[in-house]
Amino acid sequence: MIRFVLLISRQGKVRLTKWYSPYTQKERLKAIRELSALILPRGPKLCNFVEWKGLKVVYKRYASLYFCICVDSEDNELDGLEVIHHYVQVLDRYFGNVCELDLIFNFHKAYFILDEILIAGELQESSKKSVSRVISAQDTLVENAKEQASSLSNMIAQATK
Amino acid sequence: MALSGMRGLSVFISDVRNCQNKELERARVDKELANIRTKFKNDKGLTPYEKKKYVWKMLYIFMLGYDVDFGHMEAVSLISAPKYAEKQVGYIVTSSLLNENHDFLRLVINTVRNDIIGRNETFQCLALTMVGNIGGKEFSESLAPDVQKLLISNSCRPLVRKKAALCLLRLYRKNPDVVSVDGWADRMSQLLDEREIGVLTAVMSLLVALVANNPDAYWNCVSKCVRVLERLTRSQDIPQEYTYYGIPSPWLQVKTMRVLQYFPAIDDPNIRRSLFEVLQRVLMGTDAVKNINKNNATHAVLFEALALVMHLDAEKDMMAQCVGLLGKFIAVREPNIRYLGLENMTRMLMVSDVQESIKRHQVQIITSLRDPDISIRRRSLDLLYGMCDVTNAKDIVEELLQYLTTADFAIREELALKAAILAEKFAPDLSWYVDVILQLIEKAGDFVSDDIWYRVVQFVTNNDDLQPYAAAKARDFLDKPAVHETMVKVAGYLLGEYSHLLSRRPGCSPKEVFSIIHDKFATVSTPTKAILLSAYIKILLHSQTVDPELQNHVLAVFRKNETYLDAEVQQRASEYYALSRKGPSMVDVMAEMPKFPERQFLQSALLKKAEDTEVDVADTSATKLRLMQLTSTAVVVADQKPANGVHPALTRVPSGQRNIEAPTVPVANGGQSPAPVDFLAIEAAPTHSAPESSPLVGPGDSLALALMDNQASTVQPTGSVTEWFDALCRKDSGILYEDPFIQIGLKAEWRGNQGRIVLFLGNKHTAPLLSVKAVILPPRHMQLLTSNVPDTIPPRAQVQCPVEVTNLSPSREIPVLDFSYNNSSAMVSFKLRLPVIMSKFLQGATLAPADYIARWKALMGPPNKLLQEVVRGVKPLPLQEMSDLLGSLHVAIAPGYDPNVNNIVGAATYFSENPTLCLIRIETDPADRTQIRLTVGTPDTSVALELKEYIKERLVDIPSGAAPTSLPGMPSPADDLVGPAASLAGLI
Repeated sequence: MIRFVLLISRQGKVRLTKWYSPYTQKERLKAIRELSALILPRGPKLCNFVEWKGLKVVYKRYASLYFCICVDSEDNELDGLEVIHHYVQVLDRYFGNVCELDLIFNFHKAYFILDEILIAGELQESSKKSVSRVISAQDTLVENAKEQASSLSNMIAQATK
Repeated sequence: MALSGMRGLSVFISDVRNCQNKELERARVDKELANIRTKFKNDKGLTPYEKKKYVWKMLYIFMLGYDVDFGHMEAVSLISAPKYAEKQVGYIVTSSLLNENHDFLRLVINTVRNDIIGRNETFQCLALTMVGNIGGKEFSESLAPDVQKLLISNSCRPLVRKKAALCLLRLYRKNPDVVSVDGWADRMSQLLDEREIGVLTAVMSLLVALVANNPDAYWNCVSKCVRVLERLTRSQDIPQEYTYYGIPSPWLQVKTMRVLQYFPAIDDPNIRRSLFEVLQRVLMGTDAVKNINKNNATHAVLFEALALVMHLDAEKDMMAQCVGLLGKFIAVREPNIRYLGLENMTRMLMVSDVQESIKRHQVQIITSLRDPDISIRRRSLDLLYGMCDVTNAKDIVEELLQYLTTADFAIREELALKAAILAEKFAPDLSWYVDVILQLIEKAGDFVSDDIWYRVVQFVTNNDDLQPYAAAKARDFLDKPAVHETMVKVAGYLLGEYSHLLSRRPGCSPKEVFSIIHDKFATVSTPTKAILLSAYIKILLHSQTVDPELQNHVLAVFRKNETYLDAEVQQRASEYYALSRKGPSMVDVMAEMPKFPERQFLQSALLKKAEDTEVDVADTSATKLRLMQLTSTAVVVADQKPANGVHPALTRVPSGQRNIEAPTVPVANGGQSPAPVDFLAIEAAPTHSAPESSPLVGPGDSLALALMDNQASTVQPTGSVTEWFDALCRKDSGILYEDPFIQIGLKAEWRGNQGRIVLFLGNKHTAPLLSVKAVILPPRHMQLLTSNVPDTIPPRAQVQCPVEVTNLSPSREIPVLDFSYNNSSAMVSFKLRLPVIMSKFLQGATLAPADYIARWKALMGPPNKLLQEVVRGVKPLPLQEMSDLLGSLHVAIAPGYDPNVNNIVGAATYFSENPTLCLIRIETDPADRTQIRLTVGTPDTSVALELKEYIKERLVDIPSGAAPTSLPGMPSPADDLVGPAASLAGLI
């Protein structure tokens, strides 16, 4: 299973974290620090796996951003690597040519999308189409609620005039 | 986009981004936290929009790594909001902010449950996602049944069901009881018929976890899994959206193959054939393609297929094909594939018969030791460690030594340890071993733990031929500039003990040796100083003619250190000073150290350390694997060729050297009794820990042994005889008895009323065991044919003693082995129960319901041949466990035959002279689990009587290792036993 997902920038800034095993804040920080030190200096022609505390971290760099997932030692590494790519593809489809800034300012969107791809550290949906459908349905729900709210407050405002 | 409205959040994020340094960032964050705190305090004024905004900010701050110790309530309360927009935020922030142990989660259990069982699909999804991501005991207890319902519901959409499957997986991980085995095996099998790939993928993840815990319960899923694989590999009925770069869901393929790896073996020839067809197809499609993602996906499937092929123990051709593929992979340019090739080759080492073909790639593997990527270097190191044996040890260890000088610091300790272990395990001769360790200390002294050099000292001490060589080597190393402190220690020790053997060589006179050691004295640490002081006095007293100059030097050193700050050094200095003044009469006091008793060798400590420090995963999981194999086929290993060819010379004490320690010292120190050569633990310590982990010999256990005379009472079994016996009641091979001198293994086969037992008598000791006697006292109802046991078992040899058993009439009595041997210091004798119990002659019988009822009615008579008894004081067990227990006695359970769900019925054939069909029913009382009504019916009432009593004993006293051997309320077995078993039963 995937223990956690980390998105770290080339400068070591955290862009997203999601933990599927209980880690305390202290352990989380330590993991992020250690993994940044382990992964960021690695050159481009090395493999996408590093071993860490009896676990394995599968990572991939997309432009300035490192996507890392920590998996159990016996898990299939390439399987994990393509989970990362799958996530990136869905993000790309949603944001349209996604960049780091999109994820910084819309980190909550990145969370929503991640939740449609992984649950409990396991792959939930491998169809990009299906994930995109669910996410846009969510957006519509939220938009509708907003419109309702504004029209309601309009009505109240007018009524109380 | 949805965020456009939340300006405050965007502003805050860009503020944080613009902070020049960490201090400014912290200041900005603290300011924001203060702001949020104030806002939350006057809660009344917050609109839902503001609340959302602030909890998002909190999550952002928390994500950056700051502590957020307030506001959890606000986040949690959003979950109860009626509107989707707020609920969604509440759920996602809660699941990220809190972990499973957080008290606040209790507050929302009800809301979450209402969302899960409610009609609103979007709310269901939110709730399932959060529970799946947080888990937690309380969720597990209160929500599991509802989640299960969603998973198997026909009316739910796939979207909900796949979330439910993964949510259940999370709850199951926390608490396996949420899935009851009997009901779920069938459900899982039905779920595997699912056509929708999304749901199927989630279900497969769930199945992996279920099967990993309990493969036996899910056998019915095997054929379905193979069918799923066939569907995927043939691309049948796979919607376009579920292909990944043209490959039908690689993730589902990988997971399905993973499930199959948890089943011990797949015997059904049809399933096996279809599976191999699938695997063959996967192995063929290995062409590298340009697109890296497609390539990765193909190889993800391929490597999983390789793992499955290894697991299935495929035909030789296929294995060879796999090794060939891996050989190709470790030489490719793509680093991921190279890494995985090495990793999987290491796993492959566990499969027999491929070591030789792996060795062909040794050169390539050694090249990988210099790969620019540390991940790959680690894999290579592990593989070399695993593939090392007597034939290539020299090459590999020398490579490792060479690599040590350039290796990264992160890897050096592991490297040093591995080199030391290999050198020890496979040394062609001991002088080479000494060379290797000294070089190791020279090159990486900081990374050589004390255990390693202690080990050298032990070998040298125990091998007379080695002593002058080691001393001379140590002397040479001291000459080099910049000697590492560990080298000073080991050289000091060795020269202290053995430099007198060199005294005729140039530069090795006592005086010269002393001065070269003493050069280092000023700069070493206190513990080393203590070692050196001991060396000085030994050098002084071992020299044949006392050199007054040397004596003055040494005495001066002692005098000087009498006032040393450290008490140990001070004490040694004063004592040695006093002793040395007494002159040659003290030579005996300072004689060479005696030989180390073999079984105190530190080997296991060293290997244990290797296990602990092992970050490497393949190897630990491999160790696990080996452990598993070992426990299952314990005795069978004995006649197998040792995989790595342990070098026996290492543990040989030169002839004429008696083992100093009296062999009667009890090995009651539990764990630490590593006999260097153990018949089971050919792989040495890692596997050894299995039998050793048994606790100290308890008083109850020793009672299971009828000790004949007090003289022998110092030899204690190294584990629990009762536990071994109980284990052998459940399976057919394992240890029957073991003490420091002998190990008795047992392997049995049963067919009808016949059985063949082979006793493996292994001498663990360095001296022969004499006057070996094994007499089996058969009960009346059995015929036993025993072959002769040789009178003497040579050192480290094993003899087999086959016994043919024929069961003539029903009885619960069991044969007893009366065993004795002489370990050259004392006579040891004991009696052991042999696990020839009734259930070994039982075989489950499956009857059609109508047939079953007809037979039952026939037995009801007249004459009534059903024996019935109400048994009280039964160990309270859930129904399932009770039925499992009955199953373990080889009774075929017929679920559903009895209309009352609290009853268990089953049938079995009992084989004595004639086979007899037995029908068994247990009626349980849900109100009182300690009471049952047991009915046994057979045409032959004597069988029924014995069988009823036998089952009763099992139910009252469940044979489990830790359980006390007798429970209150249990009928004393001695009452109705006669014959040899009775005398034994009296002792239990």
